[in-house]
Formats: sequence, C-alpha cells, structure tokens
Amino acid sequence: MTLIFGIPLSVMSGQLLLGLINGAFYALLSLGLAIIFGLLRIINFAHGAQYMLGAFAAVMGLNYLGVNYWMALVLAPLLVGVVGVLIERFLLRRIAGEDHLYGLLLTFGLALILEGSFVKLFGVSGSSYPMPEQLKGGYNLGFMFLPTYRAWVIVAALAVCLVTWFMIERTRLGSYLRAGTENPKLMQAFGINVPLLITLTYGYGAALAAFAGVLAAPIYSVTPTMGANLLIVVFAVVVIGGMGSIMGAIVTGLAMGLIEGLTKVFYPEAANTVVFLVMVLVLLVRPAGLFGKEA
Amino acid sequence: MKVFQHTASAILVSSLIAGAAQAQISDDEIRIGYLADMSGTYRDLSGPGGLEALNMAIEDFGGQVNGKKIVVFSADDLNKPDVGANTVRQWVDERNVDMVTGMVASSVVLAASKVVEQSGKLALISGAAASSLTNEYCSPNHIHWTYDSYALANGTAKSVLAEGGKKWFILTADYAFGHAMEADITKVVEADGGQVVGKVRHPFPSSDFSSYILQAQGSGADVIAFANAGSDTVNSLMTASQFGVAQSGQKLAGMVVFLNDIHAMGLDVTKGLMLTTGWYWDMNDDSRAWAQRYHKRFGKMPGMVPAGIYSATTNYLNAIKATGSDEAQAVRKQMMATPVNDMFAKNGKVRADGRMVHDMYLAQVKTPAESKGEWDLYKIVRTIPGDEAYRPESESKCKLLSKG
Amino acid sequence: MTSLQIKTGAARLQPQVVLERQQAATRRKRWFYLALFAVALVAPMAIYPVFLMKLLCFALFACAFNLLLGYAGLLSFGHAAFLATGGYVTGFLLSHYSGLGTELGILAGTLTSAVLGLLFGLLAIRRQGIYFAMITLALAQLVFFIYVQAPFTGGENGLHGVPRGQLFGLFDLNNNLTLYYFVLAVFVFGYAVIQRTIHSPYGQVLKAIRENEPRAISLGYNVDAHKLLAFVISAALTGLAGSTKTVVFQLASLTDAHWHMSGEVILMTLLGGVGTVLGPLVGATVVVTLQSYLSNGPLGEWVHVILGLIFVICVLLFRVGIVGWVLKLSRRNF
Repeated sequence: MTLIFGIPLSVMSGQLLLGLINGAFYALLSLGLAIIFGLLRIINFAHGAQYMLGAFAAVMGLNYLGVNYWMALVLAPLLVGVVGVLIERFLLRRIAGEDHLYGLLLTFGLALILEGSFVKLFGVSGSSYPMPEQLKGGYNLGFMFLPTYRAWVIVAALAVCLVTWFMIERTRLGSYLRAGTENPKLMQAFGINVPLLITLTYGYGAALAAFAGVLAAPIYSVTPTMGANLLIVVFAVVVIGGMGSIMGAIVTGLAMGLIEGLTKVFYPEAANTVVFLVMVLVLLVRPAGLFGKEA
Repeated sequence: MKVFQHTASAILVSSLIAGAAQAQISDDEIRIGYLADMSGTYRDLSGPGGLEALNMAIEDFGGQVNGKKIVVFSADDLNKPDVGANTVRQWVDERNVDMVTGMVASSVVLAASKVVEQSGKLALISGAAASSLTNEYCSPNHIHWTYDSYALANGTAKSVLAEGGKKWFILTADYAFGHAMEADITKVVEADGGQVVGKVRHPFPSSDFSSYILQAQGSGADVIAFANAGSDTVNSLMTASQFGVAQSGQKLAGMVVFLNDIHAMGLDVTKGLMLTTGWYWDMNDDSRAWAQRYHKRFGKMPGMVPAGIYSATTNYLNAIKATGSDEAQAVRKQMMATPVNDMFAKNGKVRADGRMVHDMYLAQVKTPAESKGEWDLYKIVRTIPGDEAYRPESESKCKLLSKG
Repeated sequence: MTSLQIKTGAARLQPQVVLERQQAATRRKRWFYLALFAVALVAPMAIYPVFLMKLLCFALFACAFNLLLGYAGLLSFGHAAFLATGGYVTGFLLSHYSGLGTELGILAGTLTSAVLGLLFGLLAIRRQGIYFAMITLALAQLVFFIYVQAPFTGGENGLHGVPRGQLFGLFDLNNNLTLYYFVLAVFVFGYAVIQRTIHSPYGQVLKAIRENEPRAISLGYNVDAHKLLAFVISAALTGLAGSTKTVVFQLASLTDAHWHMSGEVILMTLLGGVGTVLGPLVGATVVVTLQSYLSNGPLGEWVHVILGLIFVICVLLFRVGIVGWVLKLSRRNF
C-alpha cells in the first residue's frame, strides 16, 4: 500500500476527489461575487443570503407548487435574479457613486434582514430537500463510494463557470459589460444602456448564487443561515483569486477546495480557517491576488 | 450626629427583623425569568416553545401560589454567554427575579449559573446538555432537570455495544461540549470491551461532512458516533445517508438528537438511528395528554426540553406552596425532598448535586413505513433506569456531595 | 495703519470677528462637554450601572475604530481581534494571579492589543481599500481560530468568573457604583487620547493623507509610518475597551473575537457619523440600547432584522450618521 505522508493512496484519492467537488462548488459561489465586484465594484455581502434564497425557493417550489428539481435549477435562479435586479435598481443604484464601504454595508444589512426574516418564518432547524430520483445512489470507485449527486455537482458547477467565463470574456455582450464598467460615459455615448447592463449583471450574479443554492439543497440542510457561514470563505476565495478576475475566482475556488480537503485529513480543526491563512500569505506576495490587476 | 445615629440604628433593627421573617414571598410576587435562544441555532430546541410550556405550567397552577402572583420575564440570549450572564445579572439587580429557567446553550448556562449562584437565586436548567453542571460546576443554586450528555452517551453507547458494535469511530465537534461527549463515549466503549478505532474533530460549526464520513467509512469501525449537536448532527447524518453508510453495514449512533431535528431531517435520512431521550410525547397516557394540549397551542409536538420546563416549573411552584417561601435554598431543599411524579417523569428525584435523576429511554427512529403520523417518529426500545443512566455519585467531582 | 487696511474698512474687522467666533465655539464646546460629563456622573442613580458601563466600553471601542476609519481613512474588518485580546489577556491574568491589581491587568491587556495591532498593521498597511479590509479580516480570523483552540480561553464556554479585584489596592470594584466611576474615567482617558491625537500636528498629517495620499507622499511624509501609528493607537484603545469590559462582566468570550463584532462596530460608527468626534458615542448608545431592549421584549426574534433595517436605512438616507445630520442642521463645528 503506497503511503503519502502516512495516509494510504486510496484514502488520499478519495479525499482529493471530495476536495475537488467542494472546490467546484466554491468556484461557482465565488463566480457571482467576482462578477459583481470585478465589474460593478460592489461588495455584495448579500451573496450568502441570495444563495440561501435559491435553496429555499427550491424547497418551497417543491412543497407548494410541485416544482421538481430540474425545473428549480432554472426557476429559482430566475426568481432570485429578479430579486437581485430589484435590489440593484431601487437600493444599490442610489449609492452608486459613493465609497465601496456603503455598498458593503447596505448589502450586509440586506443579508441580516433576509436571514432574520427567514429564521422567524421557518425556524432554524432547516428543511430537507429530497434527492432527485435520477441522481440517487452512486458509483463504487474502488477507493471510495462516490454519490452520483456529487459527481453531478462538479459537472454542473464547472459547466456554469465556463459558460459564464466565456460569455464575459469572449462575447460581444461581455465586452460591452466590461467596457461599460470601465468607462460608462463613453459607452452611453455609443448608445449602450449601461445602467440596464449593470442591473442585469447584478441580477445574474445573484442568480448564480441561487443556482449554487439549488445545487446545495439535496446535500446540505436548507437553513436560513446556510449562507452566512460560507460567505466570508467565499470572499476570501475571491480576494485570493484577484478581485477583478473571473478565471481567478474559478481556479482559486478549485484550489481552495483541494487545500481544504487536505487540511481535513491532516488537521481537521483548522479546515474553516486555512483559507484565511492562504489569503494572508498570497496577499503578502501578490498584493492584488493571484490573477488580479492592481487597481 | 444624634439624628443620623438614630436613623442608622432604626434601619439596622428593621432590616434584622425583616431578615428574620424568612418564610415569606419576596416582593409578594414569584418572579421567573426565561432565558433561551429565541432567534438562532437552538431556537427550535426550546425558544418560544419552551416559553409556551412555562406559561402552561403557570396557568395550570392558576397563575398564583398562596395568593401571590407569578410573573414571567423572557429574554433572548442570542446563544452568547455574555448576553445571557448579563441578562440574568440585570434581572436579579433590577427585578429581583427568584428563579431562572430555559437555559439552553451550555456555554451560556455555565456563565449565567455563576451569576445565579453569586446572587443567591435558583436556576432550573432544562435545555443544556453539559454534564459538568452537576459535576465540577455543581452549585447549591441550580438543578439540572431534563437530561445531560452523560446520560445520553451512556444510554446510546451501552445499547449499541450490547447489539454488537465493538469498533467505534467518533466524529466530534471541536469545542468543549464535543470533547466532553467524546470522552464520555470513549469511557463507556472501553469499559465494555470495545475499541475506538478512529476519531476526527471537525470545526464547530461545519457545513460539509463528506470528508469526515469518508474517513469514518475507511476506518473499519462498526459504529459511527456523532459527538455533535444541532445543525452539525443534521448535516452529518444527511451526508452519511448519501454516502450509503447504512447500506455498508455501519451503525449510526446520534448522541444529542432532538425530536425537532428528526422532524426536520425526515425519516428517510434518519430511519434506524439509535438515540436516547429523557421523554417522548407518545410514551404514556399522561405524556400524550399534555403533548396534545401543547400541540393545540403551539402547532408542534413538544420535545423533552419544553416538557422538562413544564415539569420543573410545576415542581418548583409546588415547593413554594409547601414551604410558603420563594427563597432559593428553602425551595431547593423542598424539591430535593419531594419525588417527581408527573407527565414528565415517574420516580424522579433531585440529588444533592443538583441532578434530577429519572428514567431515560432508548429510542429508535421509525422507518417511513412504520410511521403513522407527522410526529410519529420514535419507537421506545428500552427504559433505562435513572440510577443506571446518570453519572453515579461515586464518580462525581461535585463539592456538594459529602465524601467518605 | 497701512493703506490696505484703510481701504478695506469693513474688512478691518474680519480677523477680529473670526477670532471671536472661534473662541465662542470653543467655549460652547467646553460647556457642552462639561454638561455631558455632569450627566455621566449622575446617570447611575437613574439607570442600571452595568448597562451604562457596557455602553461606555462599546463607545470607547467605536471611538477607537473611528480614529482609524474617520481620520486615517482605513476600514478595518478585524478589530474584534483587539477587543478579544484585551479581554482574554486581562481575564486570564486576573483569574490566575489573585494578588494582581486590576489596573495592572487592564494595562497588560491594552499593551498586548497594541502589540497585536503593530503586527496586523505591519502586514496590512501597504494595501489599499478593500484589500486592506480583507487582510485585517483574514488576520482576525486567524486570531479567532487561535482563541478557539487555546485552552486558556475556555473556547466556546469562555473565560468565566474573572474577579473584579481592587483598584490600586484601595477601591473594591465589586461595588457597581465604584466600578462605574472607574470605567467612566477609563473612557474619558481614551477619549482624551483620541482628541489629542486628532488635534495634534500628527493628526493634521493624517487628515492630509486621508484626503490625498499621493500629495502627502510627494510632500515627503512617511505615509506608512503615520498610518501604522494610527492603527496601533486604535488597536490599543480597542484592547483597553475589551479589558475593561471583561472586568465589568467578569467574562471574556468568543463573541468578542467573532467577525460579527467587527461588523457591529462598523455599524455603530456609521450610524453615529464617520469622522465626527461624538458620532461613535451616539452610535454605540443607539446600538447597545436597541439590542438590550429588543432582546428583552416580544420583538426579541426580530433583533437581526431590525438591525439590518437600520443598516440599510442608514446607508441610504443617513450616510453622514446621526451626528453628521445634527451638525448639518445646526451648522456648527465640533
């Protein structure tokens, strides 16, 4: 039996695979944040609450409207995206020119309101969401039993990440967006409706968070505070990747999943904290993050 | 100055007289404080439901004892020790509260009970699990009523060992309470000829348990024990279900699992889980009757914590009625002398260390097929006599127990 | 009399008028502070002293934070680390060395926080804006982790039963009233330090750095050193607030180190008015009072929602904070 640092290879492979899956999940979550910050310069502290909303939308859709998982994957992000659009249009736009601090505080306040209200309405114990039939069970890979659903998570998350990256970096719409946030006046002069673009982008970021929420619903219990604990870790991922960089968020998400996975084997108590250690180290060496450009 | 001296001695004399008249109710009111997490992680354990149970106890008593009114104050401790301790301090300083109950998160209770002790009042602890409350942290000013971590670990671990689970893997939440549970389980397992083949401590709280479940699966253990509580237990159990742990033959043992957790997770995920509880709504006619009343008022079936609050408060009020006083030590002495016989416990008694010893119940979660109703979740497998379940006085570090 | 002064007849009075107005403003300020102090002296007769002490500790915390945010322009998301460090160090020393005077315990807590502030500052100072905030957050999380793991803190249970002890061997601090006057003195001291810092030449340079950093650099000021000093002072005073709080409540817990606490102090400062002198005091009063009264009443379950609403309303409408708003209305200069 080959041993790596005293752990059998088979065990290590299993842990690394799980780490990769979690990493894909982090990548998906950080993607929305990276877009909103990178392009809109808004520090969206409501991201965790939007993730939670997506999961709850799936639960409520199933319990009250008979919306199944696959439909929820599309409908929940749409719903939360609309909520995001409303937030941007009526709240965030008012403080558009001000210091970043205010965006942070406003969205932090929104998160408190959303999470607090849901706690009052639904209690804290959380709801369960049944695993969709087609994704039940799993594969025996030899070194571990991999639930089908987890394999699905990695596929879905990476697919959405790559599609988003492509849209922003390689399509014309994406170029309008990137130009519009760099120089809004010029873009408006060209006839592009920049405010609308910004509003829709924020909505898209929120929708991404909700998509992650629906993905999470069958495997993590759906509670009003499910986003709160994840939030600062996701922020750390975005900062490490470089706050303007989409690819940075994706790559860092995957990398952090792996690093966290290894930590869970060797020093599990620190699993929640290792991301901050990495952030400090990275920022010391590369002040703008791994892929970021100095502002 | 003569006037000053006269006034001073008058005050001194009258306070001596007042102090001598001990058998009376302070402020002509019985003031009860309810402290619990009303908006956070442990809200569904006690929270507003526990307050409902407290109010039921008071109403059933007629709202007064010997003509003196009963007044209730409630506060949210936000699960923070400083908020909890502070609230109790304020209750005592400003409102002269006589008794505090609810008391859920162990960290809050440890801090708040110190304040209660310093101020000479009484605390009836229902929600918290830490068995240290009647061990190294015992006090003449509190009674630990409903359950504790020692009884839960003891009950569940012993029974699973009896069924043949010899090799154990313990998944522990990395904080004081989790460590204490881990120690209790290890002791029981090793005393019975079993072996702890692996353990892992996860950060408290955690959301993803896949890595830890994988480690448990690879450890070769017969039993995976969860030395955690609340959302951590829920998440661990769900993950275990997804990774097919039950199918591979490993048993799952939950240490601190409540009715509301099982209800939230659903029977699909939790079927077959062994756990120990201090009370179950469907165990006898008395408990059923009370639970139905509670359900009508609150909309949910009660778990053991609200039931414990009802029982503790009723016994407290009875003690005041019997002694005619709400002074903490007098009431406590009366409660220690009176056996507990109500819908919560038969043949319960309050020991010198403050532990209310009563029968515990080993339960197994029903399968969806076996369950006939939304709250028909447990089947009671065995009754564990109180003296067997709780830490024996001989092993206790409590300073209140006379040694030798 | 120069020809210039004869020409500008009315203008001849201008400098004199300005000077008089300034002196009047200073006199008003002095009377205001005196009145405030008088109120503080008699307040414990009417209001529960422990509540007042909590208020004072958090007000000091907010004032210290405001020094960094309002005057140096640096948003730190990790100040909870300093609050907790002051609390735990003081709590530990007072619990384990029973002869130790309370003032020495508090001093030790404050100094440790200052050192930690130096460490954080050295690592974070060179970054700007959101990166600075994130580094302080990350460092604070590392400190949080250390406190969770370290046995001396009691982890989730916290450090209990910290004796209040005696002040200078003379005053028994178990008496709420005596303790109150001590805490008041501590607050006044901290506030005076902040005032002195702001109104000194160093304070002026700090303001210049906040307004236009590149220009300050081009003028030859060692910007990093100035920012670092502000950071250390802010950390030290935050530690002082934490140490004093531990003595009052006889408890130090992880709540003080959690990042929510860092968020709360931002709320207090924002609500009161960033960059104003009295703002943090007002903000702390509002937040602490709200939390107390909310959690004790029927609205207990809504406490997070209400705080969130306040955040949102504040950012949308009251960006200058309560004090800023009052200043705008009265057009006076504090």
